[in-house]
Amino acid sequence: MTATRPTTPTTGTATTSTRTAGTATAGTVTTSTATARPRPAVPLIGAHVRYLVLEQLRIPMAVLSSALFPALSLLFFVLPFDWADDPGAATAAVAQLALFGVLTGFLFTFGVGVADDREKPWDPYLRTLPAPAWTRIVARLISGAFFALLSVLPVLLVGALFTAATVPSGRLLAALGTLVLGGFPFLLGGLAIGYSLPTKVALPVVQLVFFPMAFGGGLLLPPELFPGWMQIVSSLLPTRGARDLLVFSLGGPTPTVLVVVAFAAWTIGAALVAGWAYRRDEGRRFR
Amino acid sequence: MTAPVVLEGVSRRYGATVALDGVDLALEPGSLTGLLGPNGAGKSTLVNLVAGLRRADSGTVRLFGGDPRDAANRVALGTTPQQTGLPETLRVGEVLRLVSGHFPDPVPTGELLERFGLAGLERRQTGGLSGGQKRRLAVALAFCGRPRLVLLDEPTTGLDVEGRRVLWDAVREFHAGGGTVLLTTHYLDEIETLAERVVVLSGGRIRADGDVDTIRGAVRRSRVTLRAALLPDLPGIEHTERDGDRWVLHTADADALVRDLVTSGAAFSDLGVARASLEEAFLTLAGTGPQADPAVPTGGSR
Repeated sequence: MTATRPTTPTTGTATTSTRTAGTATAGTVTTSTATARPRPAVPLIGAHVRYLVLEQLRIPMAVLSSALFPALSLLFFVLPFDWADDPGAATAAVAQLALFGVLTGFLFTFGVGVADDREKPWDPYLRTLPAPAWTRIVARLISGAFFALLSVLPVLLVGALFTAATVPSGRLLAALGTLVLGGFPFLLGGLAIGYSLPTKVALPVVQLVFFPMAFGGGLLLPPELFPGWMQIVSSLLPTRGARDLLVFSLGGPTPTVLVVVAFAAWTIGAALVAGWAYRRDEGRRFR
Repeated sequence: MTAPVVLEGVSRRYGATVALDGVDLALEPGSLTGLLGPNGAGKSTLVNLVAGLRRADSGTVRLFGGDPRDAANRVALGTTPQQTGLPETLRVGEVLRLVSGHFPDPVPTGELLERFGLAGLERRQTGGLSGGQKRRLAVALAFCGRPRLVLLDEPTTGLDVEGRRVLWDAVREFHAGGGTVLLTTHYLDEIETLAERVVVLSGGRIRADGDVDTIRGAVRRSRVTLRAALLPDLPGIEHTERDGDRWVLHTADADALVRDLVTSGAAFSDLGVARASLEEAFLTLAGTGPQADPAVPTGGSR
C-alpha cells in the first residue's frame, strides 16, 4: 500500500488541481514513506508514562502531600506511643499507613485524573496519534503505581528506621504483592469514578469516599480499638480486607471469612462498574 | 496509488441528528482540499471519522487504504488539538517529545519550533504561551511526525495575522513537498488562498465539489436594494428581506432582475446593486436544499 508512493513529490499534484505545486525541494514528505511503520508498544507506553508522571509532578503540592501524609501520620500518631516499640503493632501500623498511601494514590490518580482527562480536548487529540488505546491505559496504570510507590516509600523508611516494625525477609515479597493486591479495589474504584463522573463531581466524591474508607478499614487506627457495631461495618469495607490480608502476609492473624468475602465482592463490583463506565464513556465520545 | 482518504456512502447519526448522510469523497495524493460549511454541517464529524475518533454508522472510511480506527494506519496522519487542549503545566519541549515519540522519524524539535516561529520557547510551559503561540504549537504538532496527510480543523481560528501567515506558509510548503491536506474552515479567504479544491458540506451532504473558481462562480450572488411600497412578483429572486419600504433582494442575476423590475413599471427609488460577499453567497448555497443545488461539476471527487 504505502510502498506504491512515488519518490518524486511533484507527481502527487497530478490531480484536479488548477494550480501547480511549484518546485518541491522540501523532502519532508517522501522521507517517511520507507519507514511508515508504527512504533513498538514499549516506547509508546514509555512516552505516555513520562507525560503522565511529568504532568502530575508539575503540581508539587499534590504530590508532596500524598507522598508525605502516611509518613507524617506514622511520625505523629504512632512513634510517640508505646506500640511503636511492639514489633507486631508497629509492623501493623506501618502496613496500614502504606496501604493508606496506595489508597490515596490510586483513588486520586485514577478517579480525578481520568475524569479530568476526559474533559480536555487534548485527550481526543492523543487518540488520533498512532498508539493503540490499550497502551495509554497501561501507561496510566504504571504512572498510578509509580505515585502509589512514592507515597509508600517514605512510610516504609520511617517505619524501618524509627519503629520496631520488622519484616522477615522471606515475607517481604509476599507483603509487597499483597499491598498491590490490596490496592486493586481502589484502582478499579478510581477508574469507575473517573470514567463515570465529571471532574467537578469526581473530586468531592473521591474525597468523601476515601476518608471513611481509610478510617473505617482501620488504616489510621488499629481496628481492635473499634466498638462492636463498628467492627461489623469495618469488616464489610474493602480497606479492612486489604489491611487484614496485608497484616496476615506479615505474620499477623488470619483474616475472617467475612472480611475476605467482602474484599472480593468489592473488587469484583468495582471491576464491573469500571468496565461499564469505560464502555459508556467510549460510546459517548468515540463511537 | 492509494488515495490518502476515501469515504464511500458514509452516514453518521447522533441520536436523531443526521451528521453525515451518504457522503462519497476521495482525496487524491498531494491535493489540498478545503472543506467548507456552516456550523453543524458535518465538517467535524467527517474529520473525526478520518482521524479514527468516530465510527461510521454505514459506509466505509479508508485512511491510506486501511481502517483509521486501527492505530497503525494513522502513522502518516497529522492532526491538531484545539487551542484550549494543550496540557498547561507541560513545557513546549515536553509536549513535542510526547507527540514525536509516536512517530518513526519525527522532525527534530528545534527545526520544528523554528519553522513555526516558536524558537526559544522550548522550556516555556504551554499555559504561559500567548493565544497565537498556543495555536502555532498546536499546528506544529500536526507536522512533527512527517505526515503524508494533514487534517486541519479550523486551524486559524483565534490566530493573529502573523500566526496565519506562518501557518499558511507551513501548509504551502508541506503541500509543495507532496503532502495531502484537508482543511476545514469558515473563512473563505483561507480557502481561496490555500485550497485548490473546495467541497461544500451542508446538512450532512456534499452540496458542491470543484475547484475554487467553479465554486465561486456557483455561489456568485448579488444583492439588489431599493425602496418601494409594493413589489410585483419577479422571477429570479432567491431570498427577500423587507424592512418597511426597504427591500433587499438576493439573486443570481442582478442584470435580469433590474430589467424585469423596470419593465414591470413598479415605482421604486434608491436602487443599488452590490455583489454579495462570498460569505453571504456561501450561506445561501449551503442553506438551500438538494433540489436547489447549483449545477456544479463534481469532477474533483474521483
